[in-house]
Amino acid sequence: MFSTGPARSWKDWVSRSSLTIVTIVLAVLWAIPLLWLIVASLRPPGNPMGPGDVWFAFPLTLDNFAKAFELAPFGRYFVNTVVIISMVLIVQLVTITLAAFAFARYDFPGKRFLFLFILLQLMIPTAVLLAPNFSTIRQLGLFDTRLAVAIPFFGSAFGMFLLRQAFMNVPRELVDAGVIDGCNWWQLLWNIYIPPSTATYVAFGLASVSFHWNAFLWPLIITNSEQSRPLTAGLARFTQLGEIGARWSLLAAATLIVAAPILIVFLIFQRRFIQSFMHSGIK
Amino acid sequence: MKTRKRPAPKEREARFLPYLLLLPTLIFVAAFTAWPTILAFYQSFFRQRLNIIKFREPTFIGLGNYVDLFTDDRFLRVLKNTAIFVAVTVPVSVLLAFFLALLVNRKLRAMGVARLAFFYPVMIPLVSAATVWLFFFTPDYGLFNSALRFLGYSGPQNWTGNPSLALMTVMIVVIWKNSGFFMIFYLAGLQSLPVDVFEAAAIDGANSWQSLWKVAFPLLRRTTLFVTTVAFIGAFRDIDHIFVLTQGGPSESSSVLLFYLWHVRFENSDVGQAAAITMILIVVLLVFTISNFVVSERGSKDV
Repeated sequence: MFSTGPARSWKDWVSRSSLTIVTIVLAVLWAIPLLWLIVASLRPPGNPMGPGDVWFAFPLTLDNFAKAFELAPFGRYFVNTVVIISMVLIVQLVTITLAAFAFARYDFPGKRFLFLFILLQLMIPTAVLLAPNFSTIRQLGLFDTRLAVAIPFFGSAFGMFLLRQAFMNVPRELVDAGVIDGCNWWQLLWNIYIPPSTATYVAFGLASVSFHWNAFLWPLIITNSEQSRPLTAGLARFTQLGEIGARWSLLAAATLIVAAPILIVFLIFQRRFIQSFMHSGIK
Repeated sequence: MKTRKRPAPKEREARFLPYLLLLPTLIFVAAFTAWPTILAFYQSFFRQRLNIIKFREPTFIGLGNYVDLFTDDRFLRVLKNTAIFVAVTVPVSVLLAFFLALLVNRKLRAMGVARLAFFYPVMIPLVSAATVWLFFFTPDYGLFNSALRFLGYSGPQNWTGNPSLALMTVMIVVIWKNSGFFMIFYLAGLQSLPVDVFEAAAIDGANSWQSLWKVAFPLLRRTTLFVTTVAFIGAFRDIDHIFVLTQGGPSESSSVLLFYLWHVRFENSDVGQAAAITMILIVVLLVFTISNFVVSERGSKDV
């Protein structure tokens, strides 16, 4: 019944149809949070929810979004998030390219040790080290800056590992040809190694952007003002504002402001996203 | 690693270049992974509480912080919660992911939409997701209580405020959010299988559930190992929703290690004890990932 081929019998057809129904029911259950979020954010602010009345209320309105922007500087938070994820991504692309190239192309004393040292970052997630990293950031004088949110992620073991795999798959003949043509190391990297690895760059880029868009705990503790606070930490602050109370439609609007940009990007590039996540999982 | 001889790059270049190329990554890994680990190890032997004047400066107390933790009922409760959290969310979301992958791995147009429905939670920030779920768990008119009433149970139950339900609410959100992520890897695994294993199994006379457990699941062993590792590390790392849903309460009933660590460090300003909890987390994660690595290495030799 889980077969992908054509149904073989009446019984097979019945069991497959029931699986389709199970799938649809589950998919609807999974989608309810998003559906509710959208519907609730469009309720008129003066119409509080009550038992049995938590979905549509007319007239539909965007007032909640206006109110949310009025109560908290979501525009500023948005800019901060974009600046932070761009900083992280740009620096990561440089560091992982150089490191992956070193591991894929050269042999040198201590190679295995250095490789394992970098992989330590995969075993101990940076989030777990928030307490000592907080002290480091304070000592560097970076507390409450966007750089402080981004800097612990400037090196990426995950990205280095993915890209090293891609670089090792570059055909040897291509590399040899480049060497014979007299390419120096960065010409080799730029002309021979990087072009066939675009898919890996895209995969890593999408994973990095979505991960850092969603990051919450580290920004929460390391920022303390509108100047540096990203959307996620801003939302948490917003939910604690006294004026919010149980105004769910307002909260839904604020939540959507934080989640919508990344969701829209995801919907546009969904094939790319899903493929790149699949791609990044294959070791 | 590499044994093949390459056309030797210029001698001088080859000697220093690799280290120079690695330098940026090494600096960041050293500063934000290795150094904090060492710092936490060191600080865990000192008493230092920033909010109490006589304990502001660190004093060496040996294993004092660890002894305090393991004799503190609250911490033991947090440990137990963490164990439950990991033991429930990891297998449930991995198995669910396998099942969802089987469901959507069919060539029907509806399956593309279903994939999206299962995957979109991955894209939503955990804090935002938590806000929605907080509403679902609301007493009186939250969706859970409405559903219960519909089924004939009398609500309202205060889900997030009930010590025996709070941890469950925190786990439900994680399972909902992560299953779609792991599903993708099983989907990739299923599509990389050489033939339609279910067809083959059917010819051999196995029924669908047999072919599922005896054929497909073992073939996807590597996927399961990978996904389980990711899920395990995530279970210790992803606690954002606790801030919105329960704040670890009531009375530590939904607090897990990393959340408690945040609480100890940033609410109690207890640097020493926070460092000790950091070390406990690191040891648990290292023991798991290293033993997992050993198992997978041994496994790949069998094949």
